[in-house]
Amino acid sequence: MPNMSLEKIKMPEQAPNVRNANFKEVAMGYTKEMAMEEATRCLNCKHKPCVSGCPVNVRIPEFIAEVAKGDFMAAYKIITSTNALPAVCGRVCPQESQCESKCVRAAKGEAVAIGRLERFVADWYMENCEEKPEKPVSNGKKVAVVGSGPSGLACAGDLAKLGYEVTIFEAFHTAGGVLVYGIPEFRLPKAIVKKEIDTLSAMGVTVMTNMVIGKVLSVDELMNDMGFSAVFIGSGAGLPSFMGIPGEALVGVYSANEYLTRINLMKAYISDYDTPIKNSKAVAVVGGGNVAMDAARCAKRLGAEKVYIVYRRSEKEMPARLEEVHHAKEEGIEFHLLRNPVQILSDGNGKVAGIECQVMELGEPDASGRRSPVPVEGSNYVLDVDTVVMSIGTSPNPLIRSTTKGLETNRKGCLVVNEETNQTTREGIYAGGDAVTGAATVILAMGAGKKAAASIHEYLQQK
Amino acid sequence: MFKIVNKKELNSLVTLLEIEAPFVAKKAQAGQFIIFRIDEQGERVPLTIADYDREKGTVTIIFQKAGLSTRLLGEKEIGDSISDFVGPLGTPTDYEDFKKVAVIGGGVGCAIAYPQAKALHNMGVEVDVIAGFRNKDIVILEDEMKAASTNYYLMTDDGSYGEKGFVTDKLKSLIESGNQYDAVIAIGPIPMMKFVSLTTKPYGIKTIVSLNPIMIDGTGMCGGCRVTVGGKIKFACVDGPDFDGHAVDFDELMNRNSTYRQTEEEHAKTHQCRMDAMGKELIK
Ligand SMILES: Cc1cc2nc3c(=O)[nH]c(=O)nc-3n(C[C@H](O)[C@H](O)[C@H](O)COP(=O)(O)OP(=O)(O)OC[C@H]3O[C@@H](n4cnc5c(N)ncnc54)[C@H](O)[C@@H]3O)c2cc1C
Ligand SMILES: Cc1cc2nc3c(=O)[nH]c(=O)nc-3n(C[C@H](O)[C@H](O)[C@H](O)COP(=O)(O)OP(=O)(O)OC[C@H]3O[C@@H](n4cnc5c(N)ncnc54)[C@H](O)[C@@H]3O)c2cc1C
Ligand code: SF4
Ligand code: SF4
Ligand code: FES
Repeated sequence: MPNMSLEKIKMPEQAPNVRNANFKEVAMGYTKEMAMEEATRCLNCKHKPCVSGCPVNVRIPEFIAEVAKGDFMAAYKIITSTNALPAVCGRVCPQESQCESKCVRAAKGEAVAIGRLERFVADWYMENCEEKPEKPVSNGKKVAVVGSGPSGLACAGDLAKLGYEVTIFEAFHTAGGVLVYGIPEFRLPKAIVKKEIDTLSAMGVTVMTNMVIGKVLSVDELMNDMGFSAVFIGSGAGLPSFMGIPGEALVGVYSANEYLTRINLMKAYISDYDTPIKNSKAVAVVGGGNVAMDAARCAKRLGAEKVYIVYRRSEKEMPARLEEVHHAKEEGIEFHLLRNPVQILSDGNGKVAGIECQVMELGEPDASGRRSPVPVEGSNYVLDVDTVVMSIGTSPNPLIRSTTKGLETNRKGCLVVNEETNQTTREGIYAGGDAVTGAATVILAMGAGKKAAASIHEYLQQK
Repeated sequence: MFKIVNKKELNSLVTLLEIEAPFVAKKAQAGQFIIFRIDEQGERVPLTIADYDREKGTVTIIFQKAGLSTRLLGEKEIGDSISDFVGPLGTPTDYEDFKKVAVIGGGVGCAIAYPQAKALHNMGVEVDVIAGFRNKDIVILEDEMKAASTNYYLMTDDGSYGEKGFVTDKLKSLIESGNQYDAVIAIGPIPMMKFVSLTTKPYGIKTIVSLNPIMIDGTGMCGGCRVTVGGKIKFACVDGPDFDGHAVDFDELMNRNSTYRQTEEEHAKTHQCRMDAMGKELIK
């Protein structure tokens, strides 16, 4: 008899006014008992609607059935047959718009907590299994992976399992992509990312950091001089946008990328680390995505008394994960919705003294069906802040496309690929993740990396 | 890890290190830079590639001990290693088809101007170097600059060595006395670059400056290094660091570079305390 409770088993969390002053993980994960109980809420539907909501088709009812039985190892095997990074995805996937949105239980009450169960299984495995992955026998062929974000890691992992000698080239001094420089410790502990990378190393993958492809070596040099038979480009979408409003050059205006990189990658929040970050009293974060929530919650944790989210649409349109918006509110972040910044004010000495915002109304639906915001005349007001973080989106860095002949990109600078194979417009060069889609999600990037690995295998077998 | 194979103190504040970095050495060109990080706790700091040896696979950097990271770097000895050294970053200087160029270096800026003078000199361009220093004690790279130039003029603010006066005085008199420069390359403190640009503007001489905003990644992903050039936002790490001196908003750059001044001073104090404490331990 399934458990017909309308609500998910709650996940233990640090209390909001405790956690908003530390960088430890907010959500502490299910216990064995909680996981097994939540698993009994799954109806094991024959037509498996949830699976179609997952971009990599995790066999959801099957793994949940194993959790219900207490066979976590079996559950782990099922999940990892399609998902290379369950500990990450269980934490950061926007489940409410993916797997859980299709769950039949969501029609009345809450969906089965698929993400939390996935996280539980992955964490259980990391804690209890010291299984060292075997180093597969080499097939003698070399593949280069550019970028060590989720797309690159997934691609490298699958290729290594097939016997390829894989080298990951990463521009930063630490591997992990957005998982280490963007998403904060309190949402995704860096130890988890490190473990994934250590696993790849144990399988024989070489990770070379400080290698900016396009500068240190070009893609063509990788193929012609260094003996790589194929290249996967997973360089992400790291180029920040600014609004172009007056005052963006003032001291105290950051892109979210800079703000988060200082904090997460360079650990500016720990006093033993040398990288500085501004000591802010009041911070306005412009934007409504995961990146904006992360920046706002970091600002709070660094001691800002007031932290505002300024977003030009309404809460319904906010692209951030539901849970992060909820967490941010609990932590005392104030939301100024349907507000658009028009200028950043100076204190007279070149430092930020405030941000002038304008009230917006939702107008008629546009071509895409979204109601776009229109300004309300005479509604301007000033938020007193000393720091502004611009989190209005990113696009792919032009470095690789501008140094590799024959790589076609679209209007937005994203690499053009064949949707079946993820091959770019050049033979032997594949791409995936944010570099192809523009800023998207971890699971889509990971899925693209896996798809490209399969295509590369097919290509190299024929060669 | 990147090993230090040579070290020279050029004056009490300026140090030269030669570092094993074969990938960087292979590609380096004048005008480009590296970013180093001393260790796990270190910050990422940009320094210009002052010289390179493609065969030995080494890169030379010359830096002023300005704050925490450069001081820590200066404490490293031959045989020590640092954890990160990435480059070459930035766009190499575009020399078009210059016939005659004035290269101006101010203080430690001479370290950044030197590879430019050398590259031009090796291309057979006529190079007038004007090097400016506060006083005799901090003169660096005199012999190297002489070897890389057609004429070498040394200026000190107080007249304790070379000629007394600013680099802009010399530049103006050289231009006035009929020297026809295709370009002026000016590298040094921001006010110096600003005033060189103001000096050349009335004569319409192309002026290239090398900007030094605060950077993190050096690859165009943080926007921290943004500068306004001709009214447009540019990222100095990828679009530069060289820009047209007549179009740069120097005042904005000077302001942005003051972002962490307070923090750095506090850092300097705590570091000093740490060092003092360590010193006291040793004496005990
Ligand atoms: C702050 C933040 C929060 C987010 N939160 C979520 C979330 O909660 N859930 C979710 O699903 N998604 C989230 N995302 C989006 C998600 O992280 C990305 O979609 C995903 O990481 C993309 O993966 P990727 O492999 O394509 O690229 P990235 O993760 O961007 O990795 C690209 C890597 O390539 C390296 N690189 C770039 N150029 C070069 C070069 N020329 N040479 C060598 N290396 C290079 C970069 O340094 C980087 O390490 C978030 C993103 C950010 C920024
Ligand atoms: C492309 C590029 C090339 C460079 N090349 C060289 C070089 O070859 N040799 C060299 O000595 N320096 C060079 N610099 C400057 C060097 O990176 C800075 O001086 C750096 O801040 C030193 O780090 P620090 O931690 O030792 O000092 P910090 O503690 O960061 O700074 C010391 C003092 O300088 C101020 N400051 C911080 N950043 C800068 C900056 N970018 N410019 C001016 N003042 C700053 C601080 O506010 C503080 O007062 C270069 C900078 C760039 C962007
Ligand atoms: S990978 Fe993401 S979308 Fe797929 S089942 Fe897991 S949490 Fe849901
Ligand atoms: S839709 Fe929901 S209840 Fe049905 S199998 Fe999937 S997770 Fe279980
Ligand atoms: S240093 Fe980050 S964009 Fe230039």
